[in-house]
Amino acid sequence: MSDDKPIISPEQRAAYDRVNTMLNRLTLVAVGIVVVVVTLMFFPQGLDLGTADQVAATEVPEVDPLEEGIVDGIHVETGFVVDEGWELVRANCTACHSSKLVTQNRADRAGWESMIRWMQETQKLWDLGENEPIILDYLAKHYAPQRKGRRARLTHIEWYELEP
Amino acid sequence: MKEKKTVNIHRLYAEDPIEADRLLFGRESDPVSRRGFLRRTGLSAMAAVLGGPIVFAEHMPGGLLPALLLQDGNEEALKKLGKHTGLTILNDKPWNIETPAHLLDDEVTPADRMFLRNNGLMPTSIDPATWTLTIDGEAVTKPVSFTLAELKQKFTHHSYRLVLECGGNGRAEFDPPAKGNQWTVGAVQCAEWTGVRLKDVLNAVGVKSNAVYIGYYGGDTHLSGDPDKVVISRGVPMAKALEDETLLAFAMNGKDIPLAHGHPLRLVVGGWPASASGKWLKRIAIRDRVHDGPKMTGDSYRVPCKPVEPGEKVPDEGMCIIESMPVKSVITSPKSGAILDKGRTLELRGHAWAGDLSVKRMEVSIDFGASWQAADLKPAHNRLAWQRWTANVKFPETGYYEVWARATDSSGRSQPMVVPGWNPKGYLNNATHRIAVRVR
Ligand code: HEC
Repeated sequence: MSDDKPIISPEQRAAYDRVNTMLNRLTLVAVGIVVVVVTLMFFPQGLDLGTADQVAATEVPEVDPLEEGIVDGIHVETGFVVDEGWELVRANCTACHSSKLVTQNRADRAGWESMIRWMQETQKLWDLGENEPIILDYLAKHYAPQRKGRRARLTHIEWYELEP
Repeated sequence: MKEKKTVNIHRLYAEDPIEADRLLFGRESDPVSRRGFLRRTGLSAMAAVLGGPIVFAEHMPGGLLPALLLQDGNEEALKKLGKHTGLTILNDKPWNIETPAHLLDDEVTPADRMFLRNNGLMPTSIDPATWTLTIDGEAVTKPVSFTLAELKQKFTHHSYRLVLECGGNGRAEFDPPAKGNQWTVGAVQCAEWTGVRLKDVLNAVGVKSNAVYIGYYGGDTHLSGDPDKVVISRGVPMAKALEDETLLAFAMNGKDIPLAHGHPLRLVVGGWPASASGKWLKRIAIRDRVHDGPKMTGDSYRVPCKPVEPGEKVPDEGMCIIESMPVKSVITSPKSGAILDKGRTLELRGHAWAGDLSVKRMEVSIDFGASWQAADLKPAHNRLAWQRWTANVKFPETGYYEVWARATDSSGRSQPMVVPGWNPKGYLNNATHRIAVRVR
């Protein structure tokens, strides 16, 4: 590993830089959204824009995605898509089993709701209260069913030379 | 096979994370802030390992093993469980691990290649010297407890190779998707179990004429941590319980049963959903009704009694308990993805099984089921063991092929080529196994 030659090409480097810039912009947008949400939370009646910047400066901590273990919008430790509600899902849905049981399943909102009801009736899952619709929206959005038909084609084939 | 050099990356990071960064990736972070990469090489090397660029690299603290690499932890976890590192972890709490088809090639499945389905947390400390099995319930003359030593002493030992297949094997293929661990093909195994016959033990205990069903209780703990909550308690009707092959097993493949598979005692019921084979067995209730323990009711291990449209709501009274598993087969050699030269004969090998029945015919197809060629099929080592099959196929032209394998049971039922009847939890998918082959 003492070789100093870059492993990735200049094209890849350029692409990487583009992605990086894009993600930085996305972060800004995300921070923006957080600001708006936080603002609305604290000032449901609305407020004049003059104070919005102050709110941004004082209320929103700087988020470092890598320290949070977030790569490409995925929280690496749990595999959850990082989007509104994901932290509620992490908090409520990884207490008994690992997140893998959640992320490998697919269902529409009603399907997720029926799984939650089953866990509440038989597996000691608690009442999710006002978080339930947020959790359901999140699950239905990111872990929605995909059509497979009666039989899907073979995928993920790892081709290899058959030995004689 | 090429030699693969392996480093224990986790140990390196545990011992000296900064040094580990340097050794593995040539990465040096700013000595003061310990952040960022002083040399770009470190970043690109790390990116190459991770298979993509690292975003926000400048914020990355030194000595932080990128979380993606932690997935290598899978390998460590598999080793700790005594599993082959080629197995696939579907869930790590509770453990649900499946075996790729090509690792099921052995006639008798070794412990390290055996799929694992836990419903709760495994017992942590087990003392075989004090372990007891209690037989009770409405239909015994009087409850009786046996120590392991007593069971081994009092009753004749028997060994059988028994197919245990998860009821949900193949669940991943259902549309609309079915709930639970998304098993593909490898939640099946055929090991050799040694123990005493349940029927011998029940004879000694004394079972009343009103006996209908047995229900087991094991030593695992519910995921919620509640010590009083039963994780799973399933069973079978008396007729199945009293078969010769239904064992109270204390050994698997000639050794103590591994902890994950039920040490020190397991009820083993071949040919039925593997969930009927209770692990860490502590108690068997002889019931005067169909057993109603957790996972005997609702959608668990039950399917619509009459066929339903995919996705249809099925009322509780319309659900029936799964009994014998259906006819099925698997291609264990070659592994899917083989490339071979035109003119070469491809040798195929696999296993076939049929729940309570036997397999009477085995066929393979290289043209998507348009024509079938008979395979050579061996008889089972004993009732409820799987049967070895082999076939040689030749390909007429270069190109992409799929080899499909289809078994037919002794009653004349064959495996379907598409996914069979939908059910809410995605049980009983016995569609033909397929592998991809390229001829050049
Ligand atoms: C109090 C414990 C507990 C909590 C908290 C919990 N679950 Fe579960 N869940 C279980 C148990 C037990 C199972 C069955 C596990 C098994 O069979 O391997 C389960 C199974 C599942 C399954 C598979 C469903 C099936 O039919 O097998 C999914 C999906 C799931 N949980 C999602 C969630 C989600 C989403 C949340 C958060 C809202 C959650 N769980 C929170 C206990 C819990």
